[in-house]
Amino acid sequence: MPGITREEVAHLARLARLELKPEELDHFAGQLDDIIGAVARVSEVADQDVPPTSHPLPLTNVMRADEVRPSLTPEQALSGAPAQEQQRFKVPQILGEE
Amino acid sequence: MTTTTDLVSYEEALASYDPVMGLEVHVELGTKTKMFCGCSTALGAEPNTQTCPVCLGLPGALPVVNATGVEYAIRIGLALNCEIAEWCRFARKNYFYPDMPKNFQTSQYDEPIAYNGYLDVQLEDGEIFRVEIERAHMEEDTGKSTHIGGATGRIHGAAYSLLDYNRAGIPLIEIVTKPITGAGDRAPEVAKAYVRELRELIRALGVSEARMEMGQMRCDVNLSLRPKGTDAFGTRSETKNVNSLRSVERAVRYEIQRHAAVLSSGGTVVQETRHFHEDTGTTTSGRTKEEAEDYRYFPEPDLVPVAPPREWVEEIRAALPELPLARRTRLLAEWGISTTDMQAILNAGALDLIAATIEAGADVASARKWWMGELARAANESGKALDELPITPAQVARITELVAKGDLNDKLARQVIEGVLAGEGGPDEVVEKRGLKVVSDEGALNAAVDEAIAGNQAIVDKIRGGKVAAVGALVGAVMKATRGQADAARVKELLLEKLGVGEG
Repeated sequence: MPGITREEVAHLARLARLELKPEELDHFAGQLDDIIGAVARVSEVADQDVPPTSHPLPLTNVMRADEVRPSLTPEQALSGAPAQEQQRFKVPQILGEE
Repeated sequence: MTTTTDLVSYEEALASYDPVMGLEVHVELGTKTKMFCGCSTALGAEPNTQTCPVCLGLPGALPVVNATGVEYAIRIGLALNCEIAEWCRFARKNYFYPDMPKNFQTSQYDEPIAYNGYLDVQLEDGEIFRVEIERAHMEEDTGKSTHIGGATGRIHGAAYSLLDYNRAGIPLIEIVTKPITGAGDRAPEVAKAYVRELRELIRALGVSEARMEMGQMRCDVNLSLRPKGTDAFGTRSETKNVNSLRSVERAVRYEIQRHAAVLSSGGTVVQETRHFHEDTGTTTSGRTKEEAEDYRYFPEPDLVPVAPPREWVEEIRAALPELPLARRTRLLAEWGISTTDMQAILNAGALDLIAATIEAGADVASARKWWMGELARAANESGKALDELPITPAQVARITELVAKGDLNDKLARQVIEGVLAGEGGPDEVVEKRGLKVVSDEGALNAAVDEAIAGNQAIVDKIRGGKVAAVGALVGAVMKATRGQADAARVKELLLEKLGVGEG
């Protein structure tokens, strides 16, 4: 079982936009290692005859007809927005200067 | 951005390298509602008026798949000669970017609904090039960002951005080719022809209008070069925002020249996303491409698998319309025209219009003549596409019918077209209002002919002296007197008869 490195935790934290302190990187590396090790045990018993399961109920093809349903009003839609302008969600700068 | 990019000439690039392309085309489906919720997909609505807890990613909201979206995906897959998955799932593509309020895009990862197909593409000279299809999968569109405060609305240097989520959740099909090899110096043409063929196919299937200028169809161009005679692929770049047929061709051409310059100077191509600029026809570096694993795909737990029953798939297959290439091949034979003529018709976007005009009763030659002549000119002058002109194939067919019956000559027909385009009504109405009928009243015509003979003694003498061609001047006089409403052939006939001269 290859261990999760500090660098991998830092990379994941960046992808998840989480700011971690140096000591947290070590802490989570150990925890993630344990979790992955535990989950990996499932692979030991899962064989070709065990279908992959991503949903607890044995359902397929739950679909709806292509019929328009009422939407929220823009006021409702924007009611949780920290900032808005021109009936749009206002978000901080996405990218800096090139 | 002041750095200039080195390029080598296209010919030089192709002399040393062999281009390999991969094209990813996103098509917005024309369903009434979004992929996972019942919000309308109508274009042009006020911002954030077509959203709900599902497409805004509010806590606890649960998505449900749009059955028509799945049906359209299968229809596209079948038309692309793909296999249709017996069982497949959606996956979350995780990334933090404000265009998706959920912080993930619902997509498909390793289980696309359709895979392993091909599309035969016809090049300008009629040659067929087969493009292999890797997969077509279902996903959803993102919201629309407006960047405020930077130069020319670009994201770079913007102070902040505004988001409209009306588009977030609209069904998208992403169609990915296998690496396209063997196109050589025709790579740009193959890329353009592929996207064009795909657009025609999508329209024929009735699953989207696929208007590139409206963002309903968008293309990403992956390109790499390998030294001629070698097999391994080089490092690719992925050019985004390639949103017209012409741009597809230009982007491929530009990237071939850019890659060749990098490689031949001993450099290495950076695997990255590049942005295409319509105005200059160039690409510039975007972010360095993340690895697929950075998206941390995992099966979407809020949706159950899609397992299209085989009977449903076969039902959809049986209902497929005639596909564009087959239809063009059939019409080419039926109309008895050359590939060059057909290419001109396709380039003008006139195929469906001419076909519909013929269906409405016009003969092939007349239908082609009006659409490719007078109407193409009118479209060009008004800066519109042919199918945006306010005249229908049925109206054009009616005009050709009036010409065939002798009620109109070509000159009058042109005036009728002008009237219809100006919104004066249908052909019959315009004829009526403008008083455009050919003068077929022999009495009136005889009088006009007599008048012309009496008033042009010198010409009459010439004709009687054997210069029969001079009769043209008299025909002109009669046409003028009847304000162009006489049948010129009949006028000539009458003149010669009265002058006692045989033709030839």
